[in-house]
Amino acid sequence: MTLWLIVIVASLSCLALKLAGYLVPTSALDKPAPSRIANLLTVALLSALVAVQTLGSGAGLQFDARVPALAVAVALFALRVPFVIVVVLAAVTAALIRLSGWG
Amino acid sequence: MEKNWRLGVKTAVQSREDSAAIRAGLAVGFAAAAYGVSYGALAVAAGLDVWQTCVMSLLMFTGGSQFALIGVLATGGVAAGPTAIASAAILGIRNGIYGVRVAPIIGGPWWKKVAAAWVTIDETTAVATNQPTQRSQRIGFWTTAAATFVGWNLTSLVGALIGDALGDPRAWGLDAAAAAAFVGLLWPRLRQLQTIAVASAAAVVAIVLTPVLMPGLPVLVAGVVAVVVGAFNWFANSEPPLVPLEREGV
Repeated sequence: MTLWLIVIVASLSCLALKLAGYLVPTSALDKPAPSRIANLLTVALLSALVAVQTLGSGAGLQFDARVPALAVAVALFALRVPFVIVVVLAAVTAALIRLSGWG
Repeated sequence: MEKNWRLGVKTAVQSREDSAAIRAGLAVGFAAAAYGVSYGALAVAAGLDVWQTCVMSLLMFTGGSQFALIGVLATGGVAAGPTAIASAAILGIRNGIYGVRVAPIIGGPWWKKVAAAWVTIDETTAVATNQPTQRSQRIGFWTTAAATFVGWNLTSLVGALIGDALGDPRAWGLDAAAAAAFVGLLWPRLRQLQTIAVASAAAVVAIVLTPVLMPGLPVLVAGVVAVVVGAFNWFANSEPPLVPLEREGV
């Protein structure tokens, strides 16, 4: 299996999955339970992504500069600071902590 | 007279909604672009060439799957190809779930839906479903799609090209920026006890499973929390709105 084959097969698989979502009848979400589940799925997956992006390291966990950076981001979002500024300040926080030699 | 006044109010509200949707889309696109540099640099470090790195961003166009693929390749090499593809595809299932939600917002002819499906990802879905009206949802979706697609592909290329010069993207805190961006997408949804409970439990499930399962799977399994809580409607004081109306930051 060459790298190119891996790249193409994986890319087309992801594209096919996106298209599949548009083929499912929208009536599937008409009842309260399916729409509620779909809504909560977005929340669950976004939250899991936050967790894995913050603590994940390959197949393990790592507590590093991302954690204080995330705390800064959460505090700033709570203070209603705009998205872009929060993201930049989170990056700066992690970068400065790493510059100081930790994480 | 009163009719004109109401029309004026309606137009003012509509244009405010439109510009809020556009601002949200551009902001999310900007964040994704910062994340793209980190993807490009990491992809090259994992053994992909510049072309492969860019084809992934163009065709696959879903950050989680792209990171999962290069993550597995970085540790397992080409021999881990099937696992890498499976990880990317498993992480890509959520885009299909998003598609079911976004399809009614988009509407229109089949080619428009194909184009929309291509760019149906965390960012576009979150921005679209955070807008109050179908009009602003569509504006939010396509603005985010355009900003993210252009930004993501350009910075993937930039990241691949200057990866070596940049050194470790972690030194620039780009991994932390990615986590912060996801928090920004999640934040407006944490209004009801139910969503807070699901978000907390999903994060715990993902963390506990990360050392156990292959990359990509913990995030997907965390979705089971949503299915269970949603099916039994636990933690529901009152039926929450389908779409959070308030926006903060995003």
